Amino acid sequence: MNMTASLTSLPTIDQSSEQLAGLRQTLEDLLSEAKRCGASAAEAAVTTSTGLEVAVRLGEVETVEHTRDHGLGITVYFGHRTGSASTSDFSSEAVRDAVQRACNLARYTQEDCCAGLAGLELMATEVLDLDLYHPWSLTVDDATALAIACEDAARSADPRIVNSEGGSLSSHAGVKIYGNSHGFIGGYPSTRHGVSCAVVGREGDMMQRDSWWSSARAHEDLQPAAEVGREAAQRTVARLGARRLGTRKAPVLFRAEVAAGLLRSLIGAISGGHLYRKSSFLLDHLGRQIFPDWVEIFEEPHRLRGLASAPFDGDGLPTRAKHFVSGGELKSYVLDHYSACRLGLSSTANAGGPRNLSIAMGSLDREAMLRELGTGFYVTELMGQGVNMVTGDYSRGASGFWVENGEIQYPVEEITIAGNLKTMFERLVAVGNDCDFPGSVRTGSWLIDRMTIAGE
Amino acid sequence: MNDTLMLARDRILTPVGLADADLDRLIGALHGPQVDAADLYFQSSRLQSWMLEDGIIKDGHFSIERGAGVRAISGEKTGFAYSDELEFPALAQAAEAARAIARAHAAGEVRIAPRASVVRRYPPIDPINSLPDADKVELLQRVDAEARRADARVKEVVVSLVAAQDTILVVRDDGQMSADVRPLMRLNVNVIVEHNGRREQGSMGGGARSDLGYLLEDERALGFAREAVRQALLKLEAVEAPAGSMTVVLGNGWPGVLLHEAVGHGLEGDFNRKGTSAFAGRLGEQVAAKGVTVVDDGTLDGRRGSLSIDDEGQPTQCTTLIEDGVLVGFMQDRLNARLMNSQPTGNGRRESYAHLPMPRMTNTYMRAGSHDPQEIIASVDKGLYAVNFGGGQVDITSGKFVFSASEAYLIENGKVGRPVKGATLIGNGPDVLTRVSLVGNDLALDPGIGTCGKDGQSVPVGVGQPTLKIDSLTVGGTEA
Repeated sequence: MNMTASLTSLPTIDQSSEQLAGLRQTLEDLLSEAKRCGASAAEAAVTTSTGLEVAVRLGEVETVEHTRDHGLGITVYFGHRTGSASTSDFSSEAVRDAVQRACNLARYTQEDCCAGLAGLELMATEVLDLDLYHPWSLTVDDATALAIACEDAARSADPRIVNSEGGSLSSHAGVKIYGNSHGFIGGYPSTRHGVSCAVVGREGDMMQRDSWWSSARAHEDLQPAAEVGREAAQRTVARLGARRLGTRKAPVLFRAEVAAGLLRSLIGAISGGHLYRKSSFLLDHLGRQIFPDWVEIFEEPHRLRGLASAPFDGDGLPTRAKHFVSGGELKSYVLDHYSACRLGLSSTANAGGPRNLSIAMGSLDREAMLRELGTGFYVTELMGQGVNMVTGDYSRGASGFWVENGEIQYPVEEITIAGNLKTMFERLVAVGNDCDFPGSVRTGSWLIDRMTIAGE
Repeated sequence: MNDTLMLARDRILTPVGLADADLDRLIGALHGPQVDAADLYFQSSRLQSWMLEDGIIKDGHFSIERGAGVRAISGEKTGFAYSDELEFPALAQAAEAARAIARAHAAGEVRIAPRASVVRRYPPIDPINSLPDADKVELLQRVDAEARRADARVKEVVVSLVAAQDTILVVRDDGQMSADVRPLMRLNVNVIVEHNGRREQGSMGGGARSDLGYLLEDERALGFAREAVRQALLKLEAVEAPAGSMTVVLGNGWPGVLLHEAVGHGLEGDFNRKGTSAFAGRLGEQVAAKGVTVVDDGTLDGRRGSLSIDDEGQPTQCTTLIEDGVLVGFMQDRLNARLMNSQPTGNGRRESYAHLPMPRMTNTYMRAGSHDPQEIIASVDKGLYAVNFGGGQVDITSGKFVFSASEAYLIENGKVGRPVKGATLIGNGPDVLTRVSLVGNDLALDPGIGTCGKDGQSVPVGVGQPTLKIDSLTVGGTEA
């Protein structure tokens, strides 16, 4: 691999504060233009980011992408009527045009008593520094070398790894500013770096693919590239020789990363948008027991270097740590200003969703959780949508392992697992401490006492 | 063609003062001995959306995007950069970054010329301006009223309307310059019904590369409202879905999502060149039952998945993928066609200027057979009749795919019985079509609602099929 180009595509700290000042100006222009158009209130967000993504395959560079994104969005209010516009063009002409279009649309929308800004007294008064900005002065050569190291480790891990979808390295840095006509303006820079790998294994006629990745705000927090590669290989090889199962009912253990999907479904069901549209299976469940009494589910928006950390939410409210579920009881919905108003409640400062969501983990590691499962299905991947938020009905394609007496017997594929989320939550048996995946959601594996498996 | 090209020039190049000589210089800078292919992709798009909820027009949004992507390919390597500034210096910088991949410094010379005429699959209109805003608002209100009028159990109605126009201009290193103006619109209705404490949801929508008049023809939009209500009410009656392998009859039209997942993705050129598809190396083999013919057709007039030219300036075509059960073709973009010694098939698509093109589907469907749909249902003793679906997903390498039924019925003794709750169906792409035992004579395409995601890029697509009988497919219900 001999790249002659060595472009540095990420801004340094100085550029970022200069950028911040430039974006602040664009944002102020947007808000003052909205006022000139006669809007009684307005809010706007401006983002910009640059990045480098290098993908390699079979030891050679496949793509080198230089990314550079801009975006601005404005929402105007004429009393309780609203209109919005967005563009990637930051010229003053385009800014004026966007505001004008938003104002025109507001002539056609109708009075909605909840449309508008959250109260002035609710706005964040400071922008906490959550240590989210760690630029990486990475050259194309550096990125290529890391991506190749990752893929090489995967390819040399096992003779059954015969092909590759490639390794990749990415690094992005950006700035985001939000402001509104209350005079609130807050912004902060952030970075995100990632390394990933996907390989293909073969055994007889069967091919299997799997992948692994790492993602972090600071590059030194990334899992070493070779480890990521070895994990991808190990996961791929483990799937070889997969069989189907006969149709049956059995206990199911969700590996931590697929259990995170169950947590996300919970959040969907207690989110304001689903609640006020009456399209949630947890409608009117605030204060009710929805999990066994040992379950604690919470968010930590101020976690330093957290992948989902943010000092303020999409409405300008200061984010705060809180429990959604405590003692198994639903303690808080996930609300932004608008949905809270619709439900006659107060915002939970969750415009943009929960930030760094976690479930309190138990004491059992993976082996102990498998023993707890006893004989049943250990699901490691789910496919398809198959989640009905209105009823909680759950039916997904699945692959994983059949387990007997706590021991993995053989890999399994081409089956489905089905149940209902509400009963699955109620019948959660244990949460492991085997949280071993990247991302902002933290959970161990979940053991559910009984689900329907459909197969042969 | 030249009208379209003029429109695209006026819209994209003229405002930033880019002349043909500038394009010559930019594409020339990408051209050179180590560069196998290169292109500039200019895009300007406008999108307007409306949302009605609680009986009132709640939201209106307008979005304007423009930018250019610059790509240089050397062997299997691609250098790519993009910019949302279209002035010459920004593009020259992007070109320099993209061509660094080829490690060559000598620039070549290219003179651009418009491509010979292309058959247009839709008019170069702007659906946003095809109906006054006041009429759009009125249409949404009529759809809402229709849904509420249809049944007293309707509790919530959400109607959304999106109209967009996308103008693209592609300049290639062979000097060919082509343009396309792509209209796209869609209306969606979502309802929640409630009865005796049970709540269910129904949704229906449709769209086309057309003006908004499409929604008014034959009360089409009102029909969507009635259909969404019908589906939701039906679910109120649904019993638990069965679990296990059984005979499945799929309805015509949108259930063609089966083809998209089971065989479509696996027949995209990139996965086959790399040997990561379960179909790799199987050209000429029997992969479906006799009588099964599957095509990908980007040329259908006004369809959501259709294109006059793809995003690499290649005219679309009707590509036969499976003919009478035999695998005969793949879908190709320029890169993969060249590396596989094959021809591009007009399937090089990208979500936007900020994304790289890949082989993607357009409208993928199975040709009609000879059986009456009633006869197909009557041939089943016990099984499932699935007529409506949510989305699907496939693992290209293992071939396993899923698609989720949202409206299905039990079949007992050759008769359609009780509706069952939604369930995911799972199968193996390379062999599911070998179990097709009857193909209906009722080919239909979907109503224009499909969006396909691949590598984080979304593009509009279409699917279709006649009624099909599959002798064995796994149904993921709860009734074991």
